[in-house]
Amino acid sequence: MPGPLVPLLLVAATAALVILLDLLPPRERKGHLAVVALVGVVAALFAALLLWGREGRAFGGMLLLDDFAVFLDVVICYAAALVLLLSIDYLRRNGIERGEYYVLVLLATLGMMLMAQAADLIVIFLALELMSLSLYVLAGFFQARLTSAESSMKYFLLGAFATGFFVYGIALIYGATGTTALDRIAAASGGLQLDPLLLIGFGLLLVGFGFKISSVPFHMWVPDVYEGAPTSVTALIATGSKAAGFAALLRVLFSTFKVNQPDWTLLLLVVAVLTMTLGNVIAIAQSNLKRMLAYSSIAHVGYMLVGVVAGGALGVGSVLFYLLVYTFTTVGAFGAILLLERGRQEAVELDDYAGLAARHPLLSLVLALFLLSLVGMPPTAGFAGKFYLFGAAVRSGYIWLAIIAVLNSAVAAYYYLRVVVYMYMREAEGAPTGPAPSFAGGLALAVALWGVFQLGVMPAPVLDLAQAAVAPLLR
Amino acid sequence: MSGWPILSAVTFLPVLGAVVLALLPRGQAALVRWFAFLVAVATFAVSLLLYAGFDAASAGYQFRERLPWMPSFGISYHLGIDGISLLLVLLTTFLSPLALLSSWRAVEDRVKEFSISMLLLETGMLGVFVSLDLFLFYIFWEAMLIPMYLIIGVWGGPARIYAAIKFILYTLTGSVLMLVAILALYFQHGAATGTYTFDLPTLAGYLVPPGAEVWLFLAFAVAFAIKVPMFPFHTWLPDAHVEAPTAGSVILAGVLLKMGTYGFLRFCLPLFPQASLAFVPWIFLLALVGIVYGAWVSMVQPDLKKLVAYSSVSHLGFVVLGLFTLTPQGIVGGIIQMVNHGLSTGALFLMVGILYERRHTRLIADFGGLWKAIPAFSVLFMIVSLSSLGLPGLNGFVGEFLILVGAFAWAAGPSAAPAAYLVPVLATSGIIFTAVYMLWMYQRVCFGEITSEANRGLADLTRREWAVLLPVLLFIVWIGVYPRPFTGMTEASVQALITQVQAKVAATPGGR
Repeated sequence: MPGPLVPLLLVAATAALVILLDLLPPRERKGHLAVVALVGVVAALFAALLLWGREGRAFGGMLLLDDFAVFLDVVICYAAALVLLLSIDYLRRNGIERGEYYVLVLLATLGMMLMAQAADLIVIFLALELMSLSLYVLAGFFQARLTSAESSMKYFLLGAFATGFFVYGIALIYGATGTTALDRIAAASGGLQLDPLLLIGFGLLLVGFGFKISSVPFHMWVPDVYEGAPTSVTALIATGSKAAGFAALLRVLFSTFKVNQPDWTLLLLVVAVLTMTLGNVIAIAQSNLKRMLAYSSIAHVGYMLVGVVAGGALGVGSVLFYLLVYTFTTVGAFGAILLLERGRQEAVELDDYAGLAARHPLLSLVLALFLLSLVGMPPTAGFAGKFYLFGAAVRSGYIWLAIIAVLNSAVAAYYYLRVVVYMYMREAEGAPTGPAPSFAGGLALAVALWGVFQLGVMPAPVLDLAQAAVAPLLR
Repeated sequence: MSGWPILSAVTFLPVLGAVVLALLPRGQAALVRWFAFLVAVATFAVSLLLYAGFDAASAGYQFRERLPWMPSFGISYHLGIDGISLLLVLLTTFLSPLALLSSWRAVEDRVKEFSISMLLLETGMLGVFVSLDLFLFYIFWEAMLIPMYLIIGVWGGPARIYAAIKFILYTLTGSVLMLVAILALYFQHGAATGTYTFDLPTLAGYLVPPGAEVWLFLAFAVAFAIKVPMFPFHTWLPDAHVEAPTAGSVILAGVLLKMGTYGFLRFCLPLFPQASLAFVPWIFLLALVGIVYGAWVSMVQPDLKKLVAYSSVSHLGFVVLGLFTLTPQGIVGGIIQMVNHGLSTGALFLMVGILYERRHTRLIADFGGLWKAIPAFSVLFMIVSLSSLGLPGLNGFVGEFLILVGAFAWAAGPSAAPAAYLVPVLATSGIIFTAVYMLWMYQRVCFGEITSEANRGLADLTRREWAVLLPVLLFIVWIGVYPRPFTGMTEASVQALITQVQAKVAATPGGR
């Protein structure tokens, strides 16, 4: 029964097609490959949407497509599509326009979607590897730049280490329960909830997930990787891979280890507080915009963990909603940064943004709006997302957690608005910036901006979908 | 009630204007200025329909509009005004065009962006005053911060960035705590009654359990106290005022600060009456400290704008005092005093701005003998100063008098200790200090010989400046001589509020 595989097959087939097309001329221009890749990703997005409400399994139950997977497939496809749009021009300007880039983006996307659709720990592992290996290579795509090589190396070494933990965890869980299928572990662990082997295995899984979603204390790689990687790849790592990590994490937590919910809730509560506080406090000290957004992305993971801690349809649903919001906002913010260049160099230092509003009024406004969404100012999507997350926390009785979270948002306002200060309230220094955004880049920003306002002004329909999407997990 | 949604029209007309402005070509400063001004005037004109159609005898919300927005969360687009918000809506629509007009010459840089920010700010402020849904209210309350932040930070003085950041961090910290309280109230009400709603009239009918009430009250109260600002949360105010451009200061003092006192009246009192009453001694203490401290600090300010800024701390202390006496006189006086402060302090900032545009200094020491150089300005400046210090016959007196009557009535009431008389007595002393710093300031600026040669050739008021100041002066005198058209609008709603608070307190288990 191929139904649940259609989105995956579309992306995989597109990847194969792009490999073939890459062999054909023209040899210098690769923009058409991006268009093909984009068509494939968008087709997968719509295919996933069409499968909404139809639950199906494949490969003996190792892959499944429920509403939860559909929602995350859509998030991941949005992230990938926006990144592809942003890449065309960016690669050309930086002289790294090669067909492999698009293939790797597609393979990473495939891995992410597999993670969302996996119903077996082995599949999660394979998907994780497919995604991660593609991203390791992508992070080092600026061959000539040392920072890019460092980014790739660091990401690879630490990522491989985390994957080791993950595999070890799977092995222990298999030892304790005799299976790697998520639902059968759940059935088997009903009587084994204090089995040390199972608990250690579960803990090791959490280490692997913690690395992928970059929660404290597994966040160390984030700033260097985000800074060194090509900005378009950074956007993909920050949104798509995080969504995929959350997809598998939520599935494992809520459908497999439901019995242990009180235990891991306490653990994640501590992690959430540490993650958002550390991310925000360190972000204050950053003067490089990519590093600042890297730390801020850690903080946003903390906010999302608040929703996980809160639990229930509202809590988990608001995590999904926030992932969508965060994807639009973060791709938008990185996209605006990526479109700004200064003397053929990326403009990522705060000083590069001084007086930007006078030179690039529209781009500055757009970047400011994305930053306001990251702050969580109404009527942007960031506000709606935080409102639901923290509302879920309050409803579940975690008032203190909600208070810590909102105070963190107030702290975060400082460093986001500092960029606005530079853009609007300082005089420009030095040479003017490079060319105006291309059509594809502008389209990506427009779509992201539409998302930010659509979800900000009319969040209810999408939140209802997100709550419906988590129903299969929570039953 | 008429068929078309007047409140929505008033609230969103400025945004509509801002959108059109954004499409206008760059560089057409005159066109942009006129257009923004006319939009603001049109908004004022439409808001007059509210006054004309308002039924003063009815205590309930009028001009109500209600549409479902996020029904699964009990969030609706619910607007309405009563006697408490009517005057504040009118004050906002009245001051906004004047603020725009006053910046005709002061803002030369990025006029389009400035006008857009001012119009967005106007919508934000109006939305705060007309929202009857806590979620909607919070959206406006937060959304309004950004345009104000930009107005201070882009068009402000030398230390504008520091002031803008301080302003936004202070207010944001207060309001995010309020957000948690709003959510807690929502879920508490939902769990107790089965209806999950952010609807203010519905929530106002709900008795919050005493243990939770105190915390919810505190979260709301801190957000409002920062906005008012009450001592000791006032330190952002002098920075923001001194650095903001004149138009920003006028709106900040005229309307933004009122959002705090309005919040106390609209949310704290009806939602958490028992806790409000329990905290009255502490609120009075802070209000009195604010009155006296604000006045003392004003006395020693060398900078005119800073003096006016600190005088706001003192005046707003009076307003808070009046509101929490929970007597009809005190609350009506408090509302009128909000309007008065908006007019008088707004006018003071306008006039300081006029001086600054001519001399590029605001230091009192740089002036002296202006009476001889620019007599028309000096006369108007005197009237405004006297109005601010509460001279009978001008508006300030009406408000302060009613507040003090309310405070004495409260002190004579059954719930107050004998020492309670200290409250009105100390508050009255604040009036004396106000007279001291206002008159002393006026004397140093306008009387005596012309001390600085630069002041000798100053130009007197232009026609545009007359056009800005005369409408304000009209109301300063009108409210002073015949306040009935203004107080009369509020009385029914205030009485209903007091009755509601008392009924809820009586119904609280273990209440007084």
